[in-house]
Amino acid sequence: MPTKTEKELYQGKPTTGHEWDGIRELDTPLPKWWVYVLYASIAWAVVYFILYPSVPWFTGYFKGVLGWNSRAEVAEKIDEAKRGQSRYLDRIKTQSADEIRREPDLLNFALAGGKAAFADNCAPCHGAGGAGTKGFPSLADDLWIWGGKLADIEQTLRFGIRSGHEKARSSQMPAYGTDGALKPDQIGDVAEYVLSLTGRSADKAAAERGAKIFAEEDKCISCHGKDGVGKADLGAPPLNTRIFLYGGSKAEIVRQVTKPQHGVMPAWAGRLDDETIKMLTLYVHALGGGK
Amino acid sequence: MDGSATRAQARPVEDEEVKSVRQQIKAIAEQGDSLYVDRVRVYPKQVSGRFRALKWRALGLLLVVYYALPWIRWDRGPNAPDQAVLIDMTNRRGYFFFIEIWPQEVFYLTGLLILAAVGLFLVTSLAGRVWCGYACPQTVWTDLFMWVERRIEGDRNARIKLDKAPWTGAKWSKKIAKHAAWLAIAFATGGAWIMYFVDAPTVAANFFTGRADYYTYFFVGLFAATTYLLAGWAREQVCTYMCPWPRFQSAMFDEDTLIVTYQKSRGEPRGKAAKGAVGNEGTGDCVDCGQCVAVCPMGIDIRDGNQLECIGCALCIDACRPVMAKLGRAPDLIGYDTERRIAARAKGEPLRYRILRPRTLLYGLIFAAVGLAMVAVLATRSDADINVLHDRNPLFVSLSNGSVRNGYTVKILNKERTERIFRLEFKGIAGATMRVVGLVETASWIELRADPDTVTTYQIYVSTDRANVRAERTDVSFVLTDITNLDTATRSTWFYGPKP
Repeated sequence: MPTKTEKELYQGKPTTGHEWDGIRELDTPLPKWWVYVLYASIAWAVVYFILYPSVPWFTGYFKGVLGWNSRAEVAEKIDEAKRGQSRYLDRIKTQSADEIRREPDLLNFALAGGKAAFADNCAPCHGAGGAGTKGFPSLADDLWIWGGKLADIEQTLRFGIRSGHEKARSSQMPAYGTDGALKPDQIGDVAEYVLSLTGRSADKAAAERGAKIFAEEDKCISCHGKDGVGKADLGAPPLNTRIFLYGGSKAEIVRQVTKPQHGVMPAWAGRLDDETIKMLTLYVHALGGGK
Repeated sequence: MDGSATRAQARPVEDEEVKSVRQQIKAIAEQGDSLYVDRVRVYPKQVSGRFRALKWRALGLLLVVYYALPWIRWDRGPNAPDQAVLIDMTNRRGYFFFIEIWPQEVFYLTGLLILAAVGLFLVTSLAGRVWCGYACPQTVWTDLFMWVERRIEGDRNARIKLDKAPWTGAKWSKKIAKHAAWLAIAFATGGAWIMYFVDAPTVAANFFTGRADYYTYFFVGLFAATTYLLAGWAREQVCTYMCPWPRFQSAMFDEDTLIVTYQKSRGEPRGKAAKGAVGNEGTGDCVDCGQCVAVCPMGIDIRDGNQLECIGCALCIDACRPVMAKLGRAPDLIGYDTERRIAARAKGEPLRYRILRPRTLLYGLIFAAVGLAMVAVLATRSDADINVLHDRNPLFVSLSNGSVRNGYTVKILNKERTERIFRLEFKGIAGATMRVVGLVETASWIELRADPDTVTTYQIYVSTDRANVRAERTDVSFVLTDITNLDTATRSTWFYGPKP
């Protein structure tokens, strides 16, 4: 504040005493309403200061008279959401996936819950929406290595594949090439035959030779079945479609017969709760290929 | 701020020296050396006449519409609100008599706002501030509050005297009565406002039995408080300092716009009329009686020319007319006039008033175009709609039999109050079949049920033989047909497949 206010020359009005390049500033008062709003804001701040967490100390902070804090509020909201879900979750807990599927409102809830759980737990390998990729089967198509019924899917989910769990699904295709059971050119013939099953064979003579090897008692036919239709209870995928987990080109088929790759799916029982596994089962079943 | 000792105080002036607010402020500012001047209160005098009567009628009509509209019932059948005008925030529906809009149709509101704006421009360019003077809620409620004030405290002179008088019992009782009446009107205003958002009879009953929710009480209180403050206390300051419209409406004015104006050429020089005199004896027609200033709700002197503060209420016209009549002088010394006519009159040229100008034609055209477009959109509004969302993960799935499958989330909007059955067809790819998750077997078309007044969602898989998929992306469409009234809605989307 300037100690002495000067009067402006022409009208004799007070100035602030500030001068910039010969221009002096009139001491026009602030509008009343504006000043009152300022005072009200200061009063508001003081009240807020007392009611809510405000002053930090070195070891903590002043917690406010109301005792409010944002963590407690979040916890409360989460509890509230859980209470809201419980009317569905309680029913999901006691019913089988098949029963849930027949109740539209419950199914809708389960599909939404399954979608969220899928994104958290399954999508890293199987892709968003179960699109799958090489080595990780698509869950959206209609080819199921271990069966596509609700019960099949639920079992796979619970106990996994080659997961080490005692109830895990497990299959082991012999390594025909590295074990020496088949010679490289024989494996080539088998691959040609498999290609012919999908309608793509290039070498008819080779495919015919391959068909004979395929049909030998201890060879492919024992698991993959006649004409390569596959056996879901053994985990032997059909070979007569164009869907191949490790690739459908001749080179890829040869590689798989020579020294097969085997993927692992973890057991989710114990990691996810029962309701989540059921919701995931229904969600995966509804991705498009469920039987 | 300066201390109160040096602050100049505004004093109400006596009727015999009627001064406009500007004159009073000027006088106060010249006395003291402070730059602060308290608000100068306006004490508008009662007036009667053609425009005052028009204003009363407009006020009555607008208030009746405002308070009564939420109570009008409109039967929409069961499970639907029977209030004619209702903005149902909770259920996300807007109702206006036979029109029902969903949130995605809020563009109707945009259209309505554009219509209102252009209409305002058109009316303003034709007749000046008729909105401000006759129809603006600020004007209507201020008028109502002034009427109440006049009934309790008396007319201008009585009110000036009362405000200057010491605080006696009589003054207290008058002031309390006035504010109580104002608060009652304000409460009714706030109360009516919320009825546009909830069922009127229900909320009225709940309100007085204490069963309404917190929001109801809050908003009634909020709108009651703003009504009381704006119409009781702030009044003309709202128009002068708060409202943006007076600041830019001059852009709609031209020399043919009607404005409330004083015929300077005829009125000046002002002079008192001698008793019994027939002629003017060297003075103009204005006798400086101050009636035009005394009745002005904005506290201005219209004889200073067209001003920002003037809301065009025309009460000064009503005030001047009987004075001129009594003196046997021509009416309309103050009247609705245009700048072109004023200029022509000064030159003695014939007076013309043009309604059709490029400006009014343009506003009229825009108004008509927007209005027609809205009517057209409303007339062709469908009661059913379909939205289709193509699954992105995966874009397509190859199936074991060699066919290609795409997934779609299909949302059927049924705006009717009854359940409807629709036939859904997929067009654009030969031999395509549809399957709904959890419903029917694969078919080339399917029938789907749509719940009443809501959106029903279906997950649909469309498959076709790989040979039918000729490109990585094919344009396709879903066609939805109501099986009873054959209403159709179409939505185009894509079908993805592997590289051919």
